[in-house]
Amino acid sequence: MSDTQSAQPQEKLTKKQLKADHPTWCPACGDFAVLASFFNVIQKLGLTQTDFVCVAGIGCSSRFPYFVNSHGIHFIHGRALPLATGISLSRPDQHVFVFGGDGDGFSIGGNHLNHAARKNINLTYIIMDNFVYGLTKNQTSPTTPIGRRSKTDPNGAIDRPINPMMQLLGSGATFIGRSHATHVKHMNEIFERAVNHKGFSVVEVLSECTMFYPGAFDSAIPRKGGEFDLVDEEQHDLTSINEAFKLAQLEFPGKFGVFYQDERPSKNELEQNWINDVQSRTGDLSPQDLMRQNFAAMQ
Amino acid sequence: MSPAGASAEATQDDALRNVVIRLAGNSQDGIQSVGGMLGRLAGRTAQEVMTYMTIPSTISGGPSIFQVHLGSGEVLHAGDVADVLVAFYQHSYDNHLDSLKDGGICLYDSEKVEETRDERGIHHIGVPFTSATVEAIGGTAKDRGKNIFVLGLICSMFNLDREKLTGIIERQFGRKGEDVLRNCMNAFDAGYAFQTTDLKQFRFAPGEAANSNRISSDGNTMLGLGLIASGVRYGAAYPITPWSSIMELLRRELPKYGGVFVQAEDELAAVAIALGASYAGHLSVTGSSGPGLSLKAEALGYACMAELPLLVINVQRGGPSTGLPTSVEQSDLLQAIYGSHGDSPRIVLAPKDVEDCFYITLEAAQLARNYSCPVIILSDQAIATRIEAFTEPNLDEHWIEPELDLSERGEDFRPYPVDGLTRHAPPGSRMAENTYPKVTGLEHDEKGHPSGNPENHQKMTDKRRNKLVTLAAELPLPEVYREEDGEILLLGWGSTYGPVREACDRLRDKGLCASATHIRHLHPLPAGLNELLAGFEHIFVVEMNDSGVYGYGQLATILRAASCNSGIHSLCKTDGLAYRVSEIVDGVDSFLA
Repeated sequence: MSDTQSAQPQEKLTKKQLKADHPTWCPACGDFAVLASFFNVIQKLGLTQTDFVCVAGIGCSSRFPYFVNSHGIHFIHGRALPLATGISLSRPDQHVFVFGGDGDGFSIGGNHLNHAARKNINLTYIIMDNFVYGLTKNQTSPTTPIGRRSKTDPNGAIDRPINPMMQLLGSGATFIGRSHATHVKHMNEIFERAVNHKGFSVVEVLSECTMFYPGAFDSAIPRKGGEFDLVDEEQHDLTSINEAFKLAQLEFPGKFGVFYQDERPSKNELEQNWINDVQSRTGDLSPQDLMRQNFAAMQ
Repeated sequence: MSPAGASAEATQDDALRNVVIRLAGNSQDGIQSVGGMLGRLAGRTAQEVMTYMTIPSTISGGPSIFQVHLGSGEVLHAGDVADVLVAFYQHSYDNHLDSLKDGGICLYDSEKVEETRDERGIHHIGVPFTSATVEAIGGTAKDRGKNIFVLGLICSMFNLDREKLTGIIERQFGRKGEDVLRNCMNAFDAGYAFQTTDLKQFRFAPGEAANSNRISSDGNTMLGLGLIASGVRYGAAYPITPWSSIMELLRRELPKYGGVFVQAEDELAAVAIALGASYAGHLSVTGSSGPGLSLKAEALGYACMAELPLLVINVQRGGPSTGLPTSVEQSDLLQAIYGSHGDSPRIVLAPKDVEDCFYITLEAAQLARNYSCPVIILSDQAIATRIEAFTEPNLDEHWIEPELDLSERGEDFRPYPVDGLTRHAPPGSRMAENTYPKVTGLEHDEKGHPSGNPENHQKMTDKRRNKLVTLAAELPLPEVYREEDGEILLLGWGSTYGPVREACDRLRDKGLCASATHIRHLHPLPAGLNELLAGFEHIFVVEMNDSGVYGYGQLATILRAASCNSGIHSLCKTDGLAYRVSEIVDGVDSFLA
């Protein structure tokens, strides 16, 4: 949650004001629902266009910023998180949202996830996981299940897929949730809690690619015979990483909800503490006089 | 000014104007520390100084040298040959005796070195560095402190300002505790008082530099401070030699100014973090050395396409790959200008010496803000690590206080005007039209909307290129040292500035009609440069990179392509060492022969 957005009550944005370009996603793509849910949360929290910024890398879901009428930046493949880190650290007044898919987040950008998470950068990261590369038309992704055929695995995938929740728990993120694009109310709730979390919040949303991997997440859709099984937060200790790992190891489609949430100072806070500490010692010196001290030591 | 290395033969009464001292030992002996203190002393006594060092790329130890060129007049290079060699070990003696001029002085540790007589009239002076130091400090010191003992010897030999020098020692070692400082002072005094009939005494002519506000520094420090003075408050990088000391400085200093420097997980993240802060409205910096610049190349292409301002420092080293990480080379020029996918125009500058590191950074920051594109500063290992003395920058004149512009953007706001310079609206700024801008690496129209339109791509490619054409017309032509036309022009860039100037003088001493010039703005080149070059019969481009398959170094290749001037020749080398004046003179001689 950004530092100042709650300071001044502003008029809530309408859906119309929030919409930008019509999404270029394929018909019935799960990402439409994620976008709708994101609008709901922005409206509910009363954020306006000067309060937040949308960041993405490359992929179908990474087109997200174009469809939101807010400041936004569409960066290169896999590097959305470090870009967002630069925005977050230099602009504490902004809430930073990062959008991306499984390829962007777990494959080409995998290392950045670990470091943005362990540093607890103040931002919200929504991963639309569809288990396939969609933009490049049906290649195996890091979350593609073993045996699934694709253009790069004509004989069926043979590499063990990443377990996204295990990966996120191992990364050191301080808020980790899981949702499903066909359950908009659930997404609304999880997104809202993620936005309100101080530090690095991440939500994996199973978001079906109707073009290349239809039916991938039917096992969690009740009207298609599946089961949408929620985390029982009365029983589950949100601050227990061990319990969270147990949830993450359940057989697919597993549980949905918040797996883990803990308080830890964000890098944003820790850097600001250092600045405050140093500046309290340098007193009222002008910036030029600060540098003149360096020069004096070089005489 | 007498050429370096020709004057230490002076008798006691003749004041010295120049002396080159080469300290040769192992990297853990603290010879860099002694050399650094001599450099700092020169700054305090209105003398000029330039240092030169080699460092092994091993984790600990290995042969190392530190060379100090002290002068009462202008000092442009670290010296071709040494007047004094201080040899700590047999290997130092064996490997560096050749660097001593005929009749020079070799001061050596008589317990470690066995001297070999030669025909060059070298004065050998054996002093038991090790035992004399142990005796001065006490039994537990082993051989630590012999560097300071040698400093005391040099101080007495050249009548250096003892009070100022001990003041510098106090500042350097005082914070390490009383015991350490006392040991240092004891070692220094022992060296200073060491009596041997062999020791000659010299005296310097008074320094000619203005005696007020002089500071001594290495290039990396001035780049780091220059960044802060140019209003940079955010940045990110990954450690790599010889860039790291800049990021260490920024990490330490920026909090004082309310800024943050991030140690990133890798080079790709570093450039992305810096671009994020630039996008957020704060011009930011990332930096590295050659291999790191390669890793940043994709994001640089993005910054060119999205037209985001960014400062990129590349402290060049020997390459390719891990190459020679602690040696000097200028082989990243083409990478800096062209290194990315697609057509990605950016600005490339190179400082000419340590002092210039400060001012070029301010210029780079202004260019980045004005032209909204990446600006790469190509420093090199030689400038990064050597010490020079110069006048303290006047911060009343040279200071840019950063501003975050969140003003409301009017209805006519277009981030990418075809006929104008890009000005982004950072997050948080209100848009009067209630349509919020997207910054993107996709080709886009004036409003920032993705567009694959063929005509649009051509127009936008023109726009991104034309801003550099505009800049080229505004850049000053490089000054020509000596005559504006003639037979020979020596042309250098980066750290070859000093040796090129000195080589020009030596060629003139030999009766050749030689001039010299130096290019700071490498891309775009200043408009009118071709006409300047056309005034000379032979143009020798001096650079520390390979002459390649077609026989021309990297800048020479560009100059030939830009000017079609067949009088452009290359003087290239890649031995990992800074140019000696004599190498340039010999290169010209052998071409003309």
